[in-house]
Amino acid sequence: MLPPAPALVTTAGGFLLVLSIVAPVAGVLLEFALGERYVRPVVSTVIPVGLAIAAAVLVLLPRSDGHLVYLLGAWPPPLGVALRADGLSAVMLATTAVVICAVAIFAATDFRPQSVEARTPFAFWILLLAIWGALNTIFVAGDLFTLYVALELLTFAAVPLVSLDGRAETLRAALRYLLFALLGSVFYLMGTALLYGLYGTLDIVLLSHRVSAEPGALIAAALMTSGLLAKTALFPLHLWLPPAHAGAPAAASAILSGLVVKGSFFIVVRLWFYVLPALPGFTAAQFLATLGAGAILVGSIVALRQERLKLLVAYSTLAQIGYLFLLFPLALDASGRLETGQALAGGLIQAISHATAKAAMFMAVGSIYAGLGHDRITGISGAARALPLSVMTFALAGFALMGIQPGGASLAKELLLQETARTGQWWWAGVLQVGGMFTAAYVVLVLAHALSPPDRPVALAARPPRGSGLAALALALCSLFLGLLPWEPYLPIPYALESKLFGVEALVKLLVTVLGGVALAILLSPWPHPLAGTVARRDLKTVPGPFRRACLGFGSLVERGDHVLRQWPAAGICMLAVALLLAASMFGAN
Amino acid sequence: MSAVTVFGLYAAAAVGLGLYGLITTPQPLRKIIAFNLLGSGVFLLFGIVGRRGAAAGFGNDPVPQALVITGVVVAFSATALAIALLLRLFQIAGSTTLNSRAAASPRSDPSGN
Amino acid sequence: MSIATVFEIALAVVVLGLAIWTIAVPDTYSATVGFIAYGLLVALIWVRLDAVDVALTEAAIGGGLGGVVLLGAAARLRGTEAMTMERPSLIVRLSAAALSASIAAALAVAILLPPNPAPTLAPDVVSNAGATGMANPVTNVLMAFRAMDTMLEKVVLLLAIVGVWSLASDQAWGGRPGPRHQADPNGVLAFLARLLPPAGIVVGIYILWTGADHPGGAFQGGAVLASMWLLVIMAGLVDTPPVRSRWLRLVLVAGPGLFLVVGLGGLCFGSAFLAYPAAFAKPLILSIEAAMLLTIATTLGLLLAGAPERSAER
Repeated sequence: MLPPAPALVTTAGGFLLVLSIVAPVAGVLLEFALGERYVRPVVSTVIPVGLAIAAAVLVLLPRSDGHLVYLLGAWPPPLGVALRADGLSAVMLATTAVVICAVAIFAATDFRPQSVEARTPFAFWILLLAIWGALNTIFVAGDLFTLYVALELLTFAAVPLVSLDGRAETLRAALRYLLFALLGSVFYLMGTALLYGLYGTLDIVLLSHRVSAEPGALIAAALMTSGLLAKTALFPLHLWLPPAHAGAPAAASAILSGLVVKGSFFIVVRLWFYVLPALPGFTAAQFLATLGAGAILVGSIVALRQERLKLLVAYSTLAQIGYLFLLFPLALDASGRLETGQALAGGLIQAISHATAKAAMFMAVGSIYAGLGHDRITGISGAARALPLSVMTFALAGFALMGIQPGGASLAKELLLQETARTGQWWWAGVLQVGGMFTAAYVVLVLAHALSPPDRPVALAARPPRGSGLAALALALCSLFLGLLPWEPYLPIPYALESKLFGVEALVKLLVTVLGGVALAILLSPWPHPLAGTVARRDLKTVPGPFRRACLGFGSLVERGDHVLRQWPAAGICMLAVALLLAASMFGAN
Repeated sequence: MSAVTVFGLYAAAAVGLGLYGLITTPQPLRKIIAFNLLGSGVFLLFGIVGRRGAAAGFGNDPVPQALVITGVVVAFSATALAIALLLRLFQIAGSTTLNSRAAASPRSDPSGN
Repeated sequence: MSIATVFEIALAVVVLGLAIWTIAVPDTYSATVGFIAYGLLVALIWVRLDAVDVALTEAAIGGGLGGVVLLGAAARLRGTEAMTMERPSLIVRLSAAALSASIAAALAVAILLPPNPAPTLAPDVVSNAGATGMANPVTNVLMAFRAMDTMLEKVVLLLAIVGVWSLASDQAWGGRPGPRHQADPNGVLAFLARLLPPAGIVVGIYILWTGADHPGGAFQGGAVLASMWLLVIMAGLVDTPPVRSRWLRLVLVAGPGLFLVVGLGGLCFGSAFLAYPAAFAKPLILSIEAAMLLTIATTLGLLLAGAPERSAER
């Protein structure tokens, strides 16, 4: 008998993977059992422990050949269940730990535990740790059914966060989210049943050796992918995202937008790159990226038309999710097989950059909301002077997202752009550039309003606590310096790239992005800007006047289309259509 | 025609019916029922797979059976959570529509009760 | 065509008819009743597939308790049916039907194209059963080979409770879930509520105990206990416990908590996380299952009771 494959024996340090799940789960149980008085000690123990575990995985992984494996109960797959971590898992574990930590500091005042147990702190702190446990399970699970349970754990933790304030709109948003997410889970589960029926295992490594392009496997892949897309809210399956992310309390929105959607995205990556890399093929990958491009276009245009800041940020999440899916066609090699190369690294860095920046952004917007008592974009003039910390956080997070060096987004974009050149898919280069410009557009739009002088002095409804503001700022800075981190041991990144981040060429690219963003903001945002009355602006306005009107008309058309797609029957039909089209394109490729 | 074929066809039909119901029924409660129907079809897929893998003296592979038991409990919790959300929504808003524009909220008292 | 096949076809046709009726009938309450009948017949299908453990679970949790939740909601929402929302247009319904049918067809193709020989883990389960000392293969998978999934799923149940409780109004927080039930103390409900629980509790515990070697286990037993508890609550004999109660909280985390502790014991002193030392495997698993039985019964009961509605004092 052959010795067992390396993926099927526990490695030294594998127990860290168990701890990464057990620590938050134990925290959940303790918080629930002990009640309000002990929430603070439990949370302030679990978070440092969790951070330490994530750091230990980061340190240990390169020393153990880039892989950690743990066999639960010492049962080897296929009978047992394995936990595995690779570079992707390690960086996602670390990102999650950092974001959770920042959000916990931010929320410490909002959800301050009281002497008499209150409803919202009770739920918030339990759900926060539950989301952490679910995400860590997703990052290290080595089995498709364990991933299903983790996905459900994530959904069950995320949905109550949406309706924490108990208003009718948020309850409605939570119910839509729950029902659509359940539809997604069921699709995922169908695929698992088919795969088990074909290959007798759900272990990721074993499956990757056994899978071949037969009808059952292709159908399973299409079903699972579309289910996960519904949970990730990739356009046009996004009906639940804007109201859910915009209605939740700021700390919850930060987690939902920054982390929760990355969970199902990560499983798509696992599935496509590590379970069945040869199956999807050219057309299916193009299809996914096309949906991503649609998300960028629709999400950004509708974001520019939002009156409320939180909805603007929620729609920008929609666009950024689309951006993540551009990695799939760029990872194809000549034979149509997905390669774990530079494109994957770029996509993952983009996901991490978005996780940190968007969480910071939602927290900043939450502080602005709390400070001004509203978040209408037309009414935030003077915010920069009244709430400098929050506006600065928003600005830095925005800069990081639109690709300022040395942010994670700029590194990701560079990696992906190189891959478009290498694989000759120039059209995605265009989409990447336009995506950056759109991001710049809504960041510039918000800043233009926040920096403009107010008509009358700004009266603050409440002064956001300094600790919260600093936590958000720290996260924004994280995102802004992601490009300087040593990714090499974890993700396949060429060394030469990092030196290219600075220099004249980079500056020109940035300038193009920002100017493009300004143009898009002027053309597509319907809100009057306080500076619009000045003479220079009026001159400027007469020239592109009719053109701007046409753009605004186009924008309102897109907004109406988005409204139609967010109706339940339309979204359901889209879901089935996406599944069938994916299946058809996979059948075409094989 | 064996049990596997008969019930395999039925499982697929249940999935189709459940999907149709989930998409087209306007009332959320009916959507939840349709989701349960859909779920029962998906669980039956595991049953078919397990039945085909009957071996070693078992009429049905125990692994998919265990997966289904886990799945049934998760689906039940999901149903209970969805129903609780629905009842709370009805209590606060006086209607259960999921369509935010159509919902004129007559009793939108944020604290409820 | 054998008699068994005729029976199976008839069963499938009846179940399909019920499923169609459940989706198509205009009245929601009737649909709910249809769904409960449906759940019981699906359990029969599971028996025909030789999966008695699943059949028990499906009947107790899927059809039984799930049906009760749906029925309760349908009763409370009955008034809203009058102001029913508009049905989607014919085009939407036709395209939904076409796409659903295509998905079903794809699924039928995928499930009916069997690999030969079909893969199975049943022999592996048998050859490793000695490690736990229990003969029920499904219990072995749930409690030993895939124990991680089972433990995480307990956490899902707990989160469902947190989710349901988080829907309380701030004033009612900490109070008792659901409405206070009052029934005629001499009525049939109160009579049943005195008569059935002693037997029900014995049955529930027996299902757990026998689950070591025969079909049954913590889920099925828990569902029986939960229904007994609900019966006495609905008869007004006892009230739901206030959610602030420390005892209640402890019971609700007992199952996953013990699971976690035993798992960590394996990590520190044994061969691996969630590995049981061979000598103590059976008693350890049975004690985890006993804790889970309590937790599952309480969780299921509370999920049915809903969010806290009344303050604990009154």
